[in-house]
Amino acid sequence: MSYKKTGRFDGRKADELRPVEMSVGILPNCTGSARVQVGKTVAIAGVYGPRKVRPKHAELKDKLLIRCYYDLVSFSVTDRARPGPSRRSIELGLVIKNAIERSIFVEKYPMSMIEVFVEIVQADAGSRCAAIIAASLAVADAGIEMRDFVPAVACGKIDDLICLDLTKQEEDVHDGEGATDIPIAYIPSEKEITLLQLDGKISEKDLMEAIKLGIKGCEEIHKMMKDVFKKRYETK
Amino acid sequence: MSQDVKNYIIELAKKNKRNTDNRGLEEFRNVIIESGVSKNAEGSAKVSIGDTIVMAGVKMSIGTPYPDTPNKGNLICSGELSPISDPDFEPGPPREDAIELSRVVDRGIRESEAVDFEKLCIVEGEKVWNIFVDFYILNNAGNLIDACGLASIAALKTARMPKLDEEGNVVLGEWTDEKVPFKRVPIPITFVKIEDKIMVDPDNEEEKCASARLTVTCSDKEINALQKGGEGGFTLEEVGNCLTKSFKIREKIVEVIKGIK
Repeated sequence: MSYKKTGRFDGRKADELRPVEMSVGILPNCTGSARVQVGKTVAIAGVYGPRKVRPKHAELKDKLLIRCYYDLVSFSVTDRARPGPSRRSIELGLVIKNAIERSIFVEKYPMSMIEVFVEIVQADAGSRCAAIIAASLAVADAGIEMRDFVPAVACGKIDDLICLDLTKQEEDVHDGEGATDIPIAYIPSEKEITLLQLDGKISEKDLMEAIKLGIKGCEEIHKMMKDVFKKRYETK
Repeated sequence: MSQDVKNYIIELAKKNKRNTDNRGLEEFRNVIIESGVSKNAEGSAKVSIGDTIVMAGVKMSIGTPYPDTPNKGNLICSGELSPISDPDFEPGPPREDAIELSRVVDRGIRESEAVDFEKLCIVEGEKVWNIFVDFYILNNAGNLIDACGLASIAALKTARMPKLDEEGNVVLGEWTDEKVPFKRVPIPITFVKIEDKIMVDPDNEEEKCASARLTVTCSDKEINALQKGGEGGFTLEEVGNCLTKSFKIREKIVEVIKGIK
């Protein structure tokens, strides 16, 4: 079986994203908040700050301290996830922070912190990418000075087909060469990749091609992120 | 919270007025219920009471019954004070108030036998359904007990039974048309006491001014759970008034729940 010939399960083209929906300012208590839906994956992010660092000894003298928390809601997956932090969610909190930090003018907020909380309400692969988009939108909604938005998307390979934005069903493919999943975050104005992970097997040539596709996907999402804010302030 | 704000709210209460809106002492804020917030859950719902937003979801699995109830399924209802919902909530293990919230909501649903536990028995003494109801607070604007209780009940009402394969194991991600068997609809109603005034559905500033709190969980005709909170107390007459009022208030909320599928 070749996925190049048969195409994808949901009939998308190789370089086609799932439908994306975004909204900002959804949680009144948060300084900034956002909801992002990519296909069947839903992420809600909320930001508090800049505020005093707790505990005080964690304070950074020359820049903003960013803390990110990723949480998979227990009923977001078909098999119930145990509530509370897991090793996976702690790692993802860290990679989300590392993905968005470059986009923020951290030197403008010394001795203070922001906390970003992301809840994955519904998961169908690509939850860390949806989380990064939501986190970046929420930070922007909080009015924190930024260089740019941080779009993120997974690219990868299903058997012999290099494609964009894999679903859970596609990630679980074991035929032929199996599935490879490469989540990417890319800041267009800086031309920098701030998230890059890989899970599977892939040749160097295919990897470079996949990353290029991922960057193209990020640019598409970046445009949508800009439009959300344009639309928000137009209506006001 | 500053003493000025506190005095202001206390003065308002003395005049039978509320903090941020024109509602009366016995009036709830606007209640909105939206179902199906997570398609991977057996059932799920999002409830807003004013600016308070809570979502709840139901997951089910097969387990063994407790030895003292061999013919009954189990239900566990839990949640935490998520740090996303309030600038004062911190990440970490749940503290006293989070555990109280979780247990009050759990008692209301379990003790009232909202769900027909005997129908959740598959093989007596061996196999029963376990129901997990988890709630997540997205925005805290007061009265979390009622919001979490309502969200949990709404999620349970929308829940479908998972599909079983030929060997009797759960098929993940597939459901039958059968709903979780319901017996009654318990609704928690929370009152707080500010000076000598008693008001329902407090917002978070009113909660901070209150000396005492009383949560009455009632279904159609009976009372299923009570919890008194805060350091102050209620007179017998005040408790009686709260009980009578809670049945009236419940009727209005049940109307909103009836609308969801």
